[in-house]
Amino acid sequence: MNFDLSDEQRLLQETLRGFLANECGPPHLRAVFEGEGHDPALWKGMVELGLAGLHLPERFGGAGLSQVDLAIAAESLGHGGAPGPFLGHALAGLAIELAGSEAQRERWLPRLATGEALATVALGEPGNVWQPEEWTLAAGERLTGTKTNVPHAAIADLLVVGLAGGRLGLVERGAQGMAVAPIEGVDRVRRIDAVVFQNTPCEGLPGGEAASGRVRDAGLVLLAADAWGAGTRLVEMAVDYAKTREQFGVTIGHFQALKHQLASMALDLEPARALVWYAAYAQDHLPEEAPRSAALAKAHLGDRAMQVARDVVEAHGGIGFTWECDVQIWFKRCMFDRAFLGAPAVHRERAARLAGW
Amino acid sequence: MDLSYGEEYESFRSEVCAFLEAQWPPRGAAAQLPKKEAAARFRELATERGYLRRSIPRRWGGSEQPADALKARILQEEFGRAHAPIDVRGIGTMMLVPTLLEKGEEWQKERFVPATVRGEITWCQGYSEPGSGSDLASLRTRADLVGDEWVINGQKIWTTQAHEADYMFCLARTEPDAAKHAGISYLLIPMKQPGIEVRPLRQMTGGSDFNQVFLTDARTPKEWIVGRRGEGWQVSRATLKHERNSIGAAAQTNALFAGLVHLAKTTKRGAGTAIEDPTIRDRLVALEGYVRSHEYSSFVQLTRDSKREDPGILQLMTKLNSTNIGNEVAKLSLEILGDDGLLDPTVQDEILHLPNANRSWITHYMYSLGIAIAGGSANVQRNVIAERGLGLPRDAWAQRSSK
Repeated sequence: MNFDLSDEQRLLQETLRGFLANECGPPHLRAVFEGEGHDPALWKGMVELGLAGLHLPERFGGAGLSQVDLAIAAESLGHGGAPGPFLGHALAGLAIELAGSEAQRERWLPRLATGEALATVALGEPGNVWQPEEWTLAAGERLTGTKTNVPHAAIADLLVVGLAGGRLGLVERGAQGMAVAPIEGVDRVRRIDAVVFQNTPCEGLPGGEAASGRVRDAGLVLLAADAWGAGTRLVEMAVDYAKTREQFGVTIGHFQALKHQLASMALDLEPARALVWYAAYAQDHLPEEAPRSAALAKAHLGDRAMQVARDVVEAHGGIGFTWECDVQIWFKRCMFDRAFLGAPAVHRERAARLAGW
Repeated sequence: MDLSYGEEYESFRSEVCAFLEAQWPPRGAAAQLPKKEAAARFRELATERGYLRRSIPRRWGGSEQPADALKARILQEEFGRAHAPIDVRGIGTMMLVPTLLEKGEEWQKERFVPATVRGEITWCQGYSEPGSGSDLASLRTRADLVGDEWVINGQKIWTTQAHEADYMFCLARTEPDAAKHAGISYLLIPMKQPGIEVRPLRQMTGGSDFNQVFLTDARTPKEWIVGRRGEGWQVSRATLKHERNSIGAAAQTNALFAGLVHLAKTTKRGAGTAIEDPTIRDRLVALEGYVRSHEYSSFVQLTRDSKREDPGILQLMTKLNSTNIGNEVAKLSLEILGDDGLLDPTVQDEILHLPNANRSWITHYMYSLGIAIAGGSANVQRNVIAERGLGLPRDAWAQRSSK
């Protein structure tokens, strides 16, 4: 039994955290947050670290790593508040790897692994629709309908689209009849768009029906991991603040009411990291537990990180409520992680059903 | 990451299973022995094989095995599956024995360790006093050296097993003029003597797990002191290090949650069962998030223990996490029980038609509070996490009083 980060995984975490501290410190992150919500140079740096193809097979130029490694990357990105298209790109690559024909894999995966092409996933539909069994767009050579909450659709070269019957299809950038409209999303470093298809050419992924649940589950794990990283960063910010802010002549970290709040925040998140790791591990090694553990991790971390984010605003006092305070950047990241692919209650009900309750 | 045990450990597991298959339940002549003797005999056999008393030196009745968290877990799993006797559990084996091994004199080890690990003698812990709970070091029970004996006067409280124990390990003030922590010594005291009176405390659950112990000119030999005079506080801290058992805590929490799910599946609600109620389902899964986090974190701690690495802040959280979950299970169980929550768990009258299982849930509803208080209340645990885990300043009052 070995249920902890390996030396390689620690190195991955340190590399990513170090990279983000250097290349995307608070002033830079703030600029992206206030600006376009995407920084091509920063994404290029992440691609150079191997992030674009971490989990893709080595024969397609990926690093061939596991879902646990991918989750550790997501934790680190959440911790750093990293802007950019990692989530959609990683899931799109996974979808093609799992569901694509050999020709589709050969065509796309090497370009995705090198970052030459940027991909994303169009899974959401209007009306809180996220799950494969709920998708409504009729599959066929031509696609008509609307997908929503698509991460970074405006800059993507390729969309993996969720279709009726839990199928998956590919739509390329600039395809005929496709219109992308930005949604003003709450998380300003992971932008989302609505995509409207009107008789748009679409190429089916032959294994889509079998793979779409797994892609969703992998997404749930990555969101849970990202939320863990973001929440943990927020606790660190609150602890640092408690050690420096003075009132009544002492740092406020002396006051037991605040100490206890901070301890409770840490208690909410620190053990929950293993829940995320387990769900990630299950994706590769425990197929019968994979869907439920992913649902459980997403529901738990979605709620816990969000509650921690609220408490951290409060722990900062008035300053925490301002636009200038960086707490809001991670607070909004937690909101994204909580809502994307379905709110916690949705996944709790799924987990109950998956347990046969 | 790898959740399997690997070949070496699986072969250890097979070896353990073969031993259990042959030895428990007892066969042949051993099967005729009274239960207690059969268990004692089995424990000696298992110790010879290196399965029990693993941290105890051979000369004091143990098997002296190198620390191996994975083997310990396998033994726990397999002995549990076979319902075989495990190490004698009690405050004596959990706290006193490790303390004696680390701080005791040779004669003290020889006299007390083998008999304690074999279950031949039992202990109670004399720490808390009516005026000294979280602020334990303020304790006032006094021990004065008169000739060759310590003469002890004072009162201890929350003393589990005091009515049955042969001895007490006790913190008493021997140096009244020294500073708070430096005035305390760690004494071993025979319980069966005229100077000691034990009175049970009745809990809100109706049961009596704890006692008050009144010491009035109680006596113990001069050399029954562990460590030197005034070192009792440090000696008692050495004991606390040994309390950690993350795996055990997670196993208990899992069993509790499994019981709750069973309750929800079997309790009638309208035309169906409680588990079909959307509110109950939602709360069950929300709670399971904490339960599994706790369980999987125990795997992380197990990994770090087996590599002799620092388990980090997680280890400071085990108790509070367990008790929080226990409280949440209790609250949700009452929600599921519905009208049965009106009934008194202390009454065993058949007329109530209250199934035993439900009565035990009502007891747990209250008992979970006791567990959250015992051994350091939740607020004390939060202090520990904040101070030792997050590096926040020590509590101002504690800082002042330790000077």
